[in-house]
Amino acid sequence: MKNLIILGAGTAGTMMANHLVSKLPNKEWKITIIDQYKTHYYQPGFLFLPFDTYTEDQVKKVGKKFIPKGVRYIQKKIEKILPEENKVTLEDETLNYDLLIIATGSKIAPEETEGLLGPLWKKDIFDFYTFEGSLALRNKLRTWEGGKLVIHLTEMPIKCPVAPLEFAFLADSYFRKKGMRDKVKITYATPLSSAFTKPMSSKALGHLLSEKGIHMEPDFAIERVDNDTKEIIDYGGKKVPFDLLVTIPTNMGDEVIQRSGLGDDLNFVPTHKHTLQSLAHENIFVIGDATNVPASKAGSVAHFQAETLNDNILLYIKGLPLKEEFDGHANCFIETGQNKALLIDFNYVTEPVRGNFPLSFSGPLKLLKESVLNHWGKLAFRWIYWNMLLKGIPIPFVSRNMSTKGKIFENK
Amino acid sequence: MDLNIAGIRLDVTEDGYLTDVSQWNKEIAKEIAQNEGVVLTDRHWEIISWIQEQVKNEVALSIRGIKNSGVIDIKEFYALFPNGPLKVSTKIAGVPKPKSCI
Repeated sequence: MKNLIILGAGTAGTMMANHLVSKLPNKEWKITIIDQYKTHYYQPGFLFLPFDTYTEDQVKKVGKKFIPKGVRYIQKKIEKILPEENKVTLEDETLNYDLLIIATGSKIAPEETEGLLGPLWKKDIFDFYTFEGSLALRNKLRTWEGGKLVIHLTEMPIKCPVAPLEFAFLADSYFRKKGMRDKVKITYATPLSSAFTKPMSSKALGHLLSEKGIHMEPDFAIERVDNDTKEIIDYGGKKVPFDLLVTIPTNMGDEVIQRSGLGDDLNFVPTHKHTLQSLAHENIFVIGDATNVPASKAGSVAHFQAETLNDNILLYIKGLPLKEEFDGHANCFIETGQNKALLIDFNYVTEPVRGNFPLSFSGPLKLLKESVLNHWGKLAFRWIYWNMLLKGIPIPFVSRNMSTKGKIFENK
Repeated sequence: MDLNIAGIRLDVTEDGYLTDVSQWNKEIAKEIAQNEGVVLTDRHWEIISWIQEQVKNEVALSIRGIKNSGVIDIKEFYALFPNGPLKVSTKIAGVPKPKSCI
C-alpha cells in the first residue's frame, strides 16, 4: 500500500481529495488529508461579512463534511515535513508518504509591520482576511460615526488581489445606503503605481475609484503605523492619517513551510509554474496559495490548478512525463458596489480584456464591464463553491486553461 | 515607443523603460536619471550594478528583497531614488519595471 498525503484541507486540499479519491486505485493507494482546524471557511465571504451582506453562518461549515469517504482525515497540527525521509511529523505521530501534496495556503502576518499590532489593533485597525477580523470590523462599522477610512495594502503578493479594491467600492456603497457618505473620507493606499497589478484593468478600476470619490495614494510602501498620531507612514516619509484603518497585512505561507525549510522569504514553496511540481523534490506537489507561482492567490486559480495537478499526479505515478499545462488562469468577479460587479479572466501572459464570458457570443457575463448580472454571478458563486467546486465537480463551460474566445484584444 | 537619448534612438515601453537591456550605457543612465530628478553619485552606481546583477540572476525585485539584501537599507534606497525607488532605480538601470506579483 502506498501513501498519498495532502497537507491542508482548505479550498485546494479539499478539491484534491475529492478529485483523487475516484482516480487512484484504492487497493494500491491510501489517501490522507491533514488539517488542524475544524471549520472550513468560505473566504470570499469575508469581504461581505463587514457590510452585513452575509451572516456568520453563511461563510463557515464543518470541514469534515467535504472530505470524501475513503479519505482518512486527521485533525492535528503539522509539525514538520521531512522531505529527505519522505515523512511528515504531527503533534503525536509520524506518517510516511510516497507522494505529498502541499496545500497549506497563505495567511496574514500583521507582525511584519511595525505598530500594526499596537494598542489600536481591533479597536481602530482591522483586517478582513480572517473570520475574526472580518467579524470585528462588522461590529465596528455598525456603530462607526464616520471620519477618515483608510484601506491599505502592505505588499504583494496577497490572497485575492482585487479584494482590497472591492472593499473600497463596497464601503462607498455601504455608507451611501446609511446616508452618511458625506461623513466618510475614503483613501486607498497601495504600494502599486496604480489601482491594480494589470494595466488594462487598472484603467477601468482607477476610473471607478475616482468616480466614487475614493482618493488613491499610489506608491505607498508602508514602514510603520503610528498608534499615537493615528497615521500610516511610508519609507519615503509620506503620512496618511486615519480614524479607521482597514489593513491588508503582508501575506505569508504557513509556518510549517518555514520550519521544514521548504519556502522562500515569504514561506511560499518554489513550484514549477506549469506542472505544479515542487522544484526541490519530485515527489512533492504544491497547489493553491502555498505555491510561489506568479498567478493570483485565489480559489478560482486553485480550482484550475487542481485539474492539471490531478492529471499530473496520475502521470507521475505511471512514471510518465508531466503536463506543462497550467497557464496561470484566474477568473474573478470584482464587486464594484451598488449591486454591480465586473468580471475578469486572465492568465500568466494575457491581461484581462473586454468581451463575453463564458460563451463567446452570448456571455451572458460581460468581461471588464460593470453589470448587475456579474454581481449575481458573484453571489451565486457561494453556492457553486460549497456544492460543486470543493467536490471537484467541473463548472460548465469554464475550462482549466484560459480561452481566448469572446475576448476583444485591442492593439496597443 | 522610442526615445532619443544621448544621440541614440532607443526602444522604450510606454512608461519609459528600455526594452533592450543591451542598449544601456552610463550616458543613457545619466540622462534617464536627470529626467527623474536624480543626480548619480558613486553610491547610486553601486546600487545600479547590484540591481542589474539581480535581474541577470532572475531574482525578482521587491521592497522586501531590498530590506533583506544586506546591500542597502530602505531609508537609504528612498533617499537615493525618491518617489518610488524601485520604479526609478530600475528605469535608470535599464532593466524591466519590476512586476508586482499578482
